[in-house]
Amino acid sequence: MAGQTISEKILARASAKERVAPGDILDASVDLLYMHEMLAMALLPFNEIGTTKVWDPEKVVVTLDHWVPPPTPEIAKMHQTIREFCRKQGIRRFHDVGDHGIVHQLIAERGYAHPGELVIGSDSHTNMVGAVGAFAAGIGATDTAAVMATGRLWLRVPETIRVDIRGTLSERTSAKDVILKVIGTTGDDGARYAAVEFTGPTVEAFPMNERFVLCNMTTEMGAKVGLIAADETTKAYLAHTGDPFRPIASDEDATFVKTFSFDVHGMGPQVACPSNPANLKPVEDVEGTKIDVAFLGSCTNARIEDLRIAAELLRGEKVAPGVRFQITPASQIIYRQAVKEGLVEIFLDAGATFTSSTCGPCFGGHLGTLAGDEVCISSTNRNYPGRMGSPTAQVYLASPWTVTASALHGEITDPRKV
Amino acid sequence: METRFKGRVWTFGDDISTDHIIAGKYLGTTDPKVFAEHAFESVDATWAKKVRPGDLIVAGDNFGCGSSREQAPIALKTLGISAIFANSFARIFFRNAINLGFPVLECVGLKTKVKDADVVELDMARGEVRLQDGSMMPFRPLPPNVLEILEAGGLVPKLRKELASGAK
Repeated sequence: MAGQTISEKILARASAKERVAPGDILDASVDLLYMHEMLAMALLPFNEIGTTKVWDPEKVVVTLDHWVPPPTPEIAKMHQTIREFCRKQGIRRFHDVGDHGIVHQLIAERGYAHPGELVIGSDSHTNMVGAVGAFAAGIGATDTAAVMATGRLWLRVPETIRVDIRGTLSERTSAKDVILKVIGTTGDDGARYAAVEFTGPTVEAFPMNERFVLCNMTTEMGAKVGLIAADETTKAYLAHTGDPFRPIASDEDATFVKTFSFDVHGMGPQVACPSNPANLKPVEDVEGTKIDVAFLGSCTNARIEDLRIAAELLRGEKVAPGVRFQITPASQIIYRQAVKEGLVEIFLDAGATFTSSTCGPCFGGHLGTLAGDEVCISSTNRNYPGRMGSPTAQVYLASPWTVTASALHGEITDPRKV
Repeated sequence: METRFKGRVWTFGDDISTDHIIAGKYLGTTDPKVFAEHAFESVDATWAKKVRPGDLIVAGDNFGCGSSREQAPIALKTLGISAIFANSFARIFFRNAINLGFPVLECVGLKTKVKDADVVELDMARGEVRLQDGSMMPFRPLPPNVLEILEAGGLVPKLRKELASGAK
């Protein structure tokens, strides 16, 4: 009997089966449900289902991230509704404004998700959390309501696509450049409905912050989940929780429906051009493109390691005249750390703005949106028309290195030349 | 549920994202009318005004990719779109639509056989679409568990019934 992939192992356990195969439809028991403001949309169907209680408040985490702090009275009201719901339902792990973070980062850094768990999030980038070896999938409002009511979700067992990465990257080149390269190769639906598992020496050598970037953007391949085996690096990352650690990996003889192999030896920075995450060019091909805005933020690339990169390039320098460079950390924990390390002072001295943590600018919601025809280079994950504001704004996706180097020069810049 | 729909076609291309369908700036409410009013605004600012109840969407690959926002299928359903055909759907959009009792059907190549304003007829029971010239095209049948949700009128009515009967 063939071995099982990480995804199949987790889904078998969650549905109390010996083993499962791709294509099977399961009724699975959810280990962790996390939500942001989508909870407000989920309350409508939740109230109609006919139950009044969340199935298990200890398995639920809620934070506010999309509109923090609330930019309109209507959204402030939405936050009140969510706050009140969490209080009434006894959801202890409600992270209110001030204690908040972009939900995927908050789940990761607080160690709420563990290897082998079935994690469901009310956001498409839930895939990020799969970097700890969990099956972490995003859903919409009605499914969220169903999980809140029952603790269960029907799932189709996905085929697993392996993305094997080897080779040493060029300087100032990162996991973001790797995943952009992967998406540029597979297309933005190259892994539709599939699980994507990253393997290979380059992945094994990546620290957790880089592994999160890989899994985060499997969403832009259409994947249901992104996964990386839980190893010693994962164990060290989660050690602060004191929870028992159970490693998980695919069996040697597990079946992968497809394997993409990348040798990234010497590969330099990559850029996804307007207006599709798969519209890939090496940075050399777009160098010199004038920019109006640079943004370092989002669940994809705004961890402390990303902010340190920005500070390294900005120290003693100035953002190019006419360019606004905004840095928005992925969580308040990162915000605090950036203050403590003196990074914020470097940002401010350079003329960048530094904001409280929110998803706002990434989805064109608030706190930094783009005008018509503005050109932005961004460390975020999507650049479909209108994503960050005006439908005629042009968004280039790149790594924190490339974003910061470009902010300094007012045009898309190869960070290796700074 | 209703199983036959006749309606005017609106065509769209590949990789239509939920950002195209409803922009992030309109999500600060839970009012479906707001989502409907601004549907596809970035593609055509007057689209929502031109759509009539019963119209259908025919698109290419990967329809509904991007954000998990259920406001996207809610916007289209609220406008009265009766069904969406595409070569393929992004997974969260697909689930969200089915959960709302909104038919989303894979019909590879239909996009190349219709143009805007064609009138087509969808027959859910037969699994076919009748094109304007009278020719028929089969679509991919929905898996039984998905069809069951759709036939119940969505996930909420299905769960309500199950919970009431103590099935869960």
